[in-house]
Amino acid sequence: MLTEALVLSAFLFAVGTFGFLVRRNAIIMFLCIELQLNAVNLSFVAFSRYLGIEGQLYVFFVMTVAAAEAAVGLAIIISIFRHFETVNVNNFNLLKW
Amino acid sequence: MTLPLVYSALQEGHEILAAHEVAGEAFEPFLPGLVILLPLLGFILNGALALAASRRSADALRGGAELDFFEGGKRPWTHSLPTWIGPGVIGLAFLIVLVNFTRMLGADLHEPVIRHYWTWMSTGAFQVDAALQLDQLSMVMMLVVTGVSFIIHVFSVGYMGEDQGYPRYFSYLNLFVFFMLTLVMGASFLLMFVGWEGVGFCSYILIGYWFTDKAKADSGKKAFIVNRIGDLGFLVAMLLLFAGFGAFAGFGTLNFVGVFAAAPDALVYGGGVVTAITLLLLLGATGKSAQIPLYVWLPDAMAGPTPVSALIHAATMVTAGVYMVARTSVLFALAPVGGLTVALIGATTALFAATIGLAQNDIKKVLAYSTISQLGFMFIGVGVGAYAAGIFHLMTHAVFKGLLFLGAGAVIHSMHHALHHTHNDADPQDMRNMGGLRKFLPITWITMWLATLAIAGIWPFAGFFSKDEIIWMAGARAGGVSGGWYTLIWIMALAAAMITAVYMTRLMIMTFHGKNRTGQEEARHLHESPWVMTVPLMVLAFFSIFGGWINVPHAISDSFLGGFGLLPMTEWLHEWLHPIAGVATEIQAANAGAFVDRAPFGGGELLWAVLSTGAALIVVLVSARVVGGFKILPAGESPEPVGFKKVLFMKYYVDEFYDRIIVQPLIRASRFSWKVIDAGIVDGVANGLGNLARALGWFGSLFQTGSVNTYALFLAIGVLVILGVVAF
Amino acid sequence: MANFFDFLLSADFLFYVFGGVAIGSAIALVTRKSPVASLLFMVATLASLAGVYVLFEAHFLAAIQIIVYAGAIMVLFLFVIMLLNLGHDYQKDLKGGAWAIVAFVVAGGLAGVLAQQFKGTEALPIYQNAQGPEVIDALLASQGAVGAIAHPLFSDYVVAFELTGILLLVAIVGALALAKRRV
Repeated sequence: MLTEALVLSAFLFAVGTFGFLVRRNAIIMFLCIELQLNAVNLSFVAFSRYLGIEGQLYVFFVMTVAAAEAAVGLAIIISIFRHFETVNVNNFNLLKW
Repeated sequence: MTLPLVYSALQEGHEILAAHEVAGEAFEPFLPGLVILLPLLGFILNGALALAASRRSADALRGGAELDFFEGGKRPWTHSLPTWIGPGVIGLAFLIVLVNFTRMLGADLHEPVIRHYWTWMSTGAFQVDAALQLDQLSMVMMLVVTGVSFIIHVFSVGYMGEDQGYPRYFSYLNLFVFFMLTLVMGASFLLMFVGWEGVGFCSYILIGYWFTDKAKADSGKKAFIVNRIGDLGFLVAMLLLFAGFGAFAGFGTLNFVGVFAAAPDALVYGGGVVTAITLLLLLGATGKSAQIPLYVWLPDAMAGPTPVSALIHAATMVTAGVYMVARTSVLFALAPVGGLTVALIGATTALFAATIGLAQNDIKKVLAYSTISQLGFMFIGVGVGAYAAGIFHLMTHAVFKGLLFLGAGAVIHSMHHALHHTHNDADPQDMRNMGGLRKFLPITWITMWLATLAIAGIWPFAGFFSKDEIIWMAGARAGGVSGGWYTLIWIMALAAAMITAVYMTRLMIMTFHGKNRTGQEEARHLHESPWVMTVPLMVLAFFSIFGGWINVPHAISDSFLGGFGLLPMTEWLHEWLHPIAGVATEIQAANAGAFVDRAPFGGGELLWAVLSTGAALIVVLVSARVVGGFKILPAGESPEPVGFKKVLFMKYYVDEFYDRIIVQPLIRASRFSWKVIDAGIVDGVANGLGNLARALGWFGSLFQTGSVNTYALFLAIGVLVILGVVAF
Repeated sequence: MANFFDFLLSADFLFYVFGGVAIGSAIALVTRKSPVASLLFMVATLASLAGVYVLFEAHFLAAIQIIVYAGAIMVLFLFVIMLLNLGHDYQKDLKGGAWAIVAFVVAGGLAGVLAQQFKGTEALPIYQNAQGPEVIDALLASQGAVGAIAHPLFSDYVVAFELTGILLLVAIVGALALAKRRV
């Protein structure tokens, strides 16, 4: 079952990547990142079944980071929205030169 | 006057010396640092005044006022203060030098006294101290420099008083004296070099003193650049002395005392290294002392104010090369080729420049070539090993050539005023425009005649003793090693001495005698200079007459030419400088043979002295008669010189030759490296690299869309590539 | 029939069920236009992954996956979506055309390479010889689902644990500072 779980994880990760690449809505892109994190979590859990309980601890830490990231990221999105009245990333391209 | 004081002190010193150096007092220098610092102080004060004056004149111009300081007859304070500060500091320095001189006379001094102030630089084994060296040679030079400087400073008060840049002029002049004293008092080659460069710089700013005239500014540049060539030789010589070359390990110091003490053991007599060192030093000396091949800057240096020509380009700075050879006499004695080259260059220059002087019409140009020629005599002196004779001629020449230049200055001053009043734009320096000036400038006329007799070598004037000794010493080596060369030098020197009498007589006749050629109206404005200018002339004339009596040769002293032994200072300078030149003389006597008491074609010193002064007198009289018979026309009406006279007038086309051979190719090469190498290749490569970087940046910026998705795509592609590399 | 139910309740089958739901809702998540719908599909993915966690005997993680992730974080997202009144954007959300194809190729390549690498992982010696499942089972039996995690967390990993606490604190402060109207 390990291989299947890892393939599932790889597939979910790819879907998250694809979503991040094609969506323009900042919140959806954020959700895609969460999806990628979850894909990684899945592989950790699957490995932990065979290699020891530490894998689950890492998942725990990843979740904490995800929570912190969600808090800060959403705050950023709110301040961006206040400024631009939109969350479409096409509108904020100030990152170029 | 200070002379009685000097004479009595000399007598004392003489007696002590004569008693075989029984425990004389130790020489205790009196404030030697102040001698150098006083001119520097004068430079600072006058410089501040110059800045104030320039600000005032700028304000006046901005306010729309006419720039005329002297309207209303009252001089501004920026003009009245330098009158006292400028000559004052030099006078004080001269007094201190006199005190030191009398102390040195009373003392028993064999080793130089070194006054060490601080360590200038210390890097590894290389250490240079800011130290002054007081010995007989530097004392003589200090006397000449401060004494002549003081007189010329006083003269300048009258000559430059109406110039707008008066405080600036005095600040430059004081700075020059500061550097000149550094040159002669420095205790190491490097400190000497500091003074050497400093006087070169001051020469440059003083030649280009009237810098708004491009020709004069260019003359300053020419002097500076030509001197640079010589300075290179000096620098390389210093490097050789310090670090050595080949088998010679170097002295590891640049202090005079250290180098000269070690030199006889460390250097092989006639060896390649010491010859190279002396020739390089000689290159430096030819630049500073205007000898062939680097003399071309000195005639152009006459663009500066005439007192500057007198001080820097006749009396002091240009003699630095002679001083340097005398100072490094040990090295030149060890390198016979070096010494002979010095003498040969001196003889060639003396004859060459004297012939050019025959055909010049500008009064200062004649004196300039005369200076070059006389410097050649000094080079003969130090070159043949008669260091005392070279320094002796340096001293007497400083006096009578200073007098000649100051007299010329007085003439030009007067001519300038006369031509200015009548709005005549003729050249006030051209002797063809003068004539008959003795009626208008009697004091100048008499004093200049005294100097002319001195430079022509007529007994009993100063130049007779000094020049005659040099010629005699050159002949006295004809019996030793490479005697043929010395015979040649002796003949050339004799010829040059005769030509000197010709061109100087021509100058005097054209300027002061015959019919007045200035014009009726102008002649009424000709008048003698104020006392502040004539008194310096008289002082210098006094020394032009009696200055030679300090070093009368033994052979002459007891004859009628020496007043049958009445002159008290027989060979005084010779003995005075013996502690400096003694080592060199011994080395030379041991290796190349001593001076013989015989001229190349027979005859003793007295006979040749009588012959030369008689010949000089005849030459003066004959040429006065001949030149007086010429019909001289004012400059505007004179025909172009033809034939050999034109060659002389054009100075043997040396400037044109240098221009063709060196300057133009250099300009072409510079233009090539500017247009092709710099603007083309170097700039092209630099700009090309810049454009390449810009193009790359532009290409890279295409990826910077600012869109997060794009960046994420690149990131994902990167991850994919890395994964692919790891996986397969 | 019992076999059929056994099969329905067997770990293999449940894994495929949960995995299929997870993939399906993940695809829906990236393709739905409405942010709210995407978010709900995300919750579905999270829930099915929680099911997978249970199959791997990670009961505690499954629980906090539901409670913290699906419950708290996703609700926070929902709050923000509703607060900003999104979903009526006049601009196109999905990128299309060549961009989508390139993104698909890249993502597909990523999935392919990773799957290719994971294939045959079980055949590796470290998994063949590992006593992993037995050890974990014993641990869970002796310490319980929470204790098995808590014990290393508060002993060997206590520094990391405290640091995550600080991280959360920083995140709170940062979020406050960013979201405040006037700083």
